[in-house]
Parts: sequence; structure tokens; C-alpha cells
Amino acid sequence: MSEGRSETEVQHRRKPRLRDERITLVHGAGGKATRNLVEALFLEQLGNPLLEPLGDSALLEVGSTRLAFTTDAHVVQPLFFPGGDIGSLAVNGTVNDIAVSGARPLVLSAAFVLEEGLEVADLRRVVASMAEAARAAGVVVAAGDTKVVERGRGDGLTVTTAAIGLVDERVSLGPEKVRPGDKVIVSGTLGDHGMAVMIARGNLELEVEIESDSASIYPLAESLFALGEDLRWLRDPTRGGLATTLNELTEESGLCVVLDEKALPVREQVAAACEILGIDPLYVANEGKLIAVVAAGRADEALASLRAHPLGAGACIVGEVEPEPEGLVLLQTAFGGSRVVDMLVGDPLPRIC
Amino acid sequence: MRYIDEFRSGELASALQSELEQAMPSGRELALMEVCGGHTHAIYKHGIDELLPQGLELVHGPGCPVCVIPVGRVDDAVALALEPNVIFTTFGDMMRVPGSKGSLLDARSRGADVRMVYSPLDALELARANPEREVIFFAIGFETTAPSTAVTLLQARAQGIANFSVFCNHVTIGPPLKAIIDAPELRLDGLIAPGHVSAVTGSRVYDFIAAEYGRPVVVAGFEPLDILQSMLMLVRQLAAGRAEVENQYTRVVREQGNPRALEAIEQTMELRDSFEWRGLGSIPDSGLRLREELADWDAERRYEVPGVSVPDHKACQCGQVLRGIVKPWECKVFGKACTPESPIGTCMVSSEGACAAYYHYGRSRPKRGTVAT
Amino acid sequence: MCLGIPAQLVEIVDRKAKVAKAEIGGVRRTVSCALLEGEAQVGEWVLVHVGFALDRIDEEQAAETLQLLSDMGEAYERELAKIRESAEGAA
Repeated sequence: MSEGRSETEVQHRRKPRLRDERITLVHGAGGKATRNLVEALFLEQLGNPLLEPLGDSALLEVGSTRLAFTTDAHVVQPLFFPGGDIGSLAVNGTVNDIAVSGARPLVLSAAFVLEEGLEVADLRRVVASMAEAARAAGVVVAAGDTKVVERGRGDGLTVTTAAIGLVDERVSLGPEKVRPGDKVIVSGTLGDHGMAVMIARGNLELEVEIESDSASIYPLAESLFALGEDLRWLRDPTRGGLATTLNELTEESGLCVVLDEKALPVREQVAAACEILGIDPLYVANEGKLIAVVAAGRADEALASLRAHPLGAGACIVGEVEPEPEGLVLLQTAFGGSRVVDMLVGDPLPRIC
Repeated sequence: MRYIDEFRSGELASALQSELEQAMPSGRELALMEVCGGHTHAIYKHGIDELLPQGLELVHGPGCPVCVIPVGRVDDAVALALEPNVIFTTFGDMMRVPGSKGSLLDARSRGADVRMVYSPLDALELARANPEREVIFFAIGFETTAPSTAVTLLQARAQGIANFSVFCNHVTIGPPLKAIIDAPELRLDGLIAPGHVSAVTGSRVYDFIAAEYGRPVVVAGFEPLDILQSMLMLVRQLAAGRAEVENQYTRVVREQGNPRALEAIEQTMELRDSFEWRGLGSIPDSGLRLREELADWDAERRYEVPGVSVPDHKACQCGQVLRGIVKPWECKVFGKACTPESPIGTCMVSSEGACAAYYHYGRSRPKRGTVAT
Repeated sequence: MCLGIPAQLVEIVDRKAKVAKAEIGGVRRTVSCALLEGEAQVGEWVLVHVGFALDRIDEEQAAETLQLLSDMGEAYERELAKIRESAEGAA
């Protein structure tokens, strides 16, 4: 344990309290406010050993079989964007949660809340997209439900998916498995999805070809299962981006991650769009990427496995685990200094200053 | 990206760092103020503060147009946003700034139609596309941004777009700088001047600082190499006992500034007698308002705004931080009652505020292998 | 106030209304050239702030600044080399 932790850090570890009277958009951004809401409200009432780890999936044992179980609600505006739509997002997002828990996705359920007035053609497009994504991911939708709400109350369409997966016997993942010296690997470019959606909303009037990377990352995850114990931890960096996900790791493991800014893979157009809007790609959502923490000695092997797959062609090492300072994510800047990469407060907002 | 990547090259960082060390006058401690919030942000984002020589200290200035907007004006903005039939447009920067009854984001959760725009021209376009709605644009910024609001107003008038108005909170750079340098408690040896404000005003606007107060000023660009080179130029002046206004950002800034931009401001706006600055009190001739001829496009004249001056939270020390007297971590509520999730003052909520930069980029935390400062 | 991005003008959309398209890193955005002196030309580099081309970027000055910095870098490298040589010589 390191000494002399500042007041700021102690703040992060205090018992969560929810002071807000109303829900605002900040609660849904995936950062500190979301976490606070989950810990102070949901866990308080619903807490149990399966839920408390707050992993991407719950792991349960049925006889001698280990299963992973997860759910995700999908709300996105606009419904359709370059590279995907709410349908592909719903399938891939949930499949990916199963994959990073070290499991093979088996079945999905899908519950639809449709707003009165939604065009049937749009719904058909969304469902076709889901079917396509399910086929590509090797899963079936085994259960479903549909409800319709009055005009003005539904945001067009929301989809909630849940999935069950079979945990692979070879792996044993968790923040407690991570060791100093381990390497942090990402499977490809950062920020594609979040920027694609932000730009598709249209109010920023930017013209650029950025596509969401929405995809099932199960094949990427599976290619790493052979590493056995040397594969320590897997995550998909969705809301809140790489920064938020790694902060969750350092907080849960009590270790430190140091990132190399020069190694972070970002597409030119994504970097340029972020530059214009004053947004940091580290905080932008990804929907088809994998973060893997791997024992140093097997990092090259892991890279080779990932790169063998088209989705992992851009895989690279972006950082390393260190013993301290505890609980922090640091960045070695390309310029030669360093800074802390904090957890996101709310959605990254464009700024002019 | 051209004109960005070359000026971020880490290869030259060590060379500049070495030059800076060698240029430091021996035995002296120097305090340099980076006036602009954008500079504060860039310094901590790239970790430039770690590359500074011993004895060189940075003092953060008031050049954050978001940070200096007083609580009362935010309340006015929220009141405007809650007016019926209004589409209230704003830059992203202002969305989370708390007023005494919540922020614009909170107003949205109460039903206000608050929309983020990248440009005032986009707000004007919204007015054109929605003739049955009233569009208000929340104008903030120093002289960098005022010309854009000005041109937008001229276009609104020329095109007869009546359902558009501006809530003007533009401020000027000269008066607050003078107010700060006049403060007796402040030890300041030189100033790093804001490059983009200067692109509009020209570098002459800082002449009084060198001439009357004997402090050197360097107009700086925003990339890491620009910032380090500017510090080098300042330190060299100080070592040689000079006090001049120099321009590091020569690729953008000229001595006379941008005449067309200044003219646009002149045509549409005039100085208020005084304007209240968060933490700095009322400063004469520091705020801009729309001219009488543009009254039809002035949100303050078209709507009733509360116009109440709301004192800052008792515990808030933003004023002292903005004047460079107190460092963010020296503020009693920094990181405790005042955090980015629950900000008390704008220095914490604005992405370029000194407190937000410190908190976010972790200057208050122990560095690897060192003791917490 | 500070976010000004260097971009290149790639298209004149409306000469009379002074509207052009600027591009950076593959991203394009309509910008107003009302604040620029004279006529905007395709190929010029400008500083873009809130949808306006605030000023032209003086390419010569940019090159001069970089040259100055690069000269500093070279001088530094030479110093380092000298130090290394003398250290090896003494060893």
C-alpha cells in the first residue's frame, strides 16, 4: 500500500451517496456519475454476490458448468449511423460482454419498446441488422418481447438484450489476476464509434467518413483463451472509452496502468474530428474493440493471435501495468511529460475554449 | 495534421527544456502567468509543467471566458432557456456550468429545449429552419469569438431573420489583465498572452503591461513547442532586464490584429460601463453588449432576465484562483466539496479552468516516486 | 476562446456570401470567410474558430519558427554528442 494518498483519492473510495434529485444525462454517460448511481442506488437495494463485482457479466455455476449472464439496454440517436444501427449495436454489445467474461455466447433475448409512429420500414431494417449480427456472432435470439408506447414517450425505439454464454475452461479472468509488468493491448483504433454517432447527429455540421466499429469481438477474445492464466483481464471499452475502462481496472486491482500516448492507435479522421471539437479520443466509446491485459512474456503471442483476425489487424501494445501509484491511470505524453488519465465525469462535450 | 503535429514534436522538447534551464537567471525565482485557459489546458494535457526548470513557477490567469461568467448570468441564461417556445443554443462549454438553480443541462431535464452548437451561424440556421420558434444564442468568449457573433448578427439583420437573438456575454482582455496586475498580493514577473485573442486584437493591446508595469509579455501559440518557446523568450527578457511585448505566434498573430474582425465588433457591439466578473468583481469597460441599432436581436432587451447579481458560494475561492493568488489545491474546497461531479465554482466545471485541469490531469496527486505537492 | 484549428480551404461554396469548405485530417466543415482580408482562395491555410476562418496562416512564418526550433534542436544534439565523446575519452 502506498503512503500519503491525497484527499482526492480518499474521496474516490468513500461510501457512495447519491445527492441528485433528478436523473440527468450525466448519469447515463458511463463515467463517475453512472458508477455512483449504480453503487449508491441499485446495489443498495439489489446487491448480492453475483451482482456486486459489477463485471460485464455475472458468472454463475449450474452444477459443474460455469455460465456467464449479462444484459444491456440500447438507446442511441440517431437509430442509423455509418457502420451500424441500434440493432447491430444491441446484438454485438451484449455478445461482447459475454466474450470479455471469457465465455462463448450461446443465446440472446431481445425486448423492444417501440414508439407509436415508428416507421415499420425502419423497424424491419433494425431487425434485419440484428439478424445479420447474430449470424456473424454465431448466436440465436431465443426469446423476445414487444411493447408499444404513446408517441413522444419512446425515443423511436429502444432495445434491451440479454445473453447467456458458456465460460471457457481455459481462462480465469479478473482484476485480481493482473500483475505489475503485464502488458495492456488494444485490438484496434480508438474512438470510431462514439465519433461516428456524434457526427451522425448532424448538429455539428462536420463532413467526414467515420464508421462505427460495431462488431462481435468474440473471435478476438477466443483467440486469446489459449494463453490460459497468462490472459489476466479482458474488457470492451464502450461508454467512457479506454480511459474509463482502465480506471475501473486500476480501481479494482489497486495497481497502476501507464499508457504510451505515441502508441495509441487513432484514425486520422477521428483524431482530426476530436481536435476540432476539443474532445479526447481516450474517452470516446468503442463498440468493436477489445482490451486485453496479458503477461509480458506472452504479449507478442497475443498480438500475433489478434492480428491473424481481420478485426484485430491493428492490435498493439498501448501500456503497461505498474505497482503504483495505486489506482491511477497515467499517460506518458508524446511531448515527453506525463499526466493522469482520470475517469470521465459526463459525456465528452465539444468545447470552443 | 499540418501546423499541429510539427509543433507537438517531442524531439525538440529536450532541446527547449535545456535552453530554458540555461536561460534562467541564477538565484532568481520567476513566476509566469499563462493568461488563457486554453494554455492551462495544453500545459497539463501534454505534461509541459514537468519539463520546467527549478525556480520557474506558473500562475494561472483569468483568460477563461467560461470561468468568469458570474452565477447571476448563468441564472439569466437558464431563465431564457425556460421561456416558452425558445430554442436555446449554446457552446458545449456552458452546458454544465452551475447557476444558483442548476445548469443548462439541468434546465433541459426540466423541459427546456437546450441545444449545443459549434458555431453561431448554426444557431442562425436553426432560426431560419424553424420560423415558428424563437432561437437565442448564448454568446461567450473574448475578442476571439466576438467577431463571429458580430458577423452572425449582421447576417441576421441583412437577411431579415427576426426570430433570432443573442444573449451577449463577450468580454475584453485588457481590463481584467490590468485589474490583476494592479493587485498588490500578486507576484508576477511575466505574461504568456493568449494567441487567438491576439489574432483579433493584435499584440499592441499588451503594450501597457510592458510600458507601465515593466513586465515582459510574449504572445504564444497553443502547441507544446509554442508554449515552451514563449517561456524561453520571457525568461531571456527577464534575465536581460528587458520588458517588451514579443510575438512567438508569428504564423497567426500580427501587431495590428485582424482589422475586419475588429470592425465587425465595432459595428455591432459597444463596451458596457462595467461588467461583473466571477471572483474579480465589477470591471469597467470589460464587457460588450449589442448596440442600440441591433436591439431587435438583443435577448436582454427582448426578454425579461432576472438580472440578479448572485454572490459566489461562501466557500468558493475561484476569484483568488483566477487572480493567481491561490493555487487550485490551496483552495479549501478543492477536491472535497468541489469536484467536477459536484462543482461549486466555474474553475472546476469548465474544461479549461485551472481547477479542472489540476483535478483532471492529477497535479494534486502524488507523482511516481515523489511526494505529493 | 482558444480552440483554433489550422485547416485548408478546399472549396469555395459561395463567393458572394464568403462561404467556403475547410478541411483538416479528412474532416470538412463549412466556414465563413467574412473575417478574412480579400478573397479566400482554395489551397490557403486558415485558422478556424467556431465556424469562421479567423485568419490566414502565414506559411513562411510557420517555416521560420520551425527552423528556429529545429536549429535549437541540432545545437542541443551537438552539445550532447560532445559531452558523450568527452565522457568516452575520459573513460
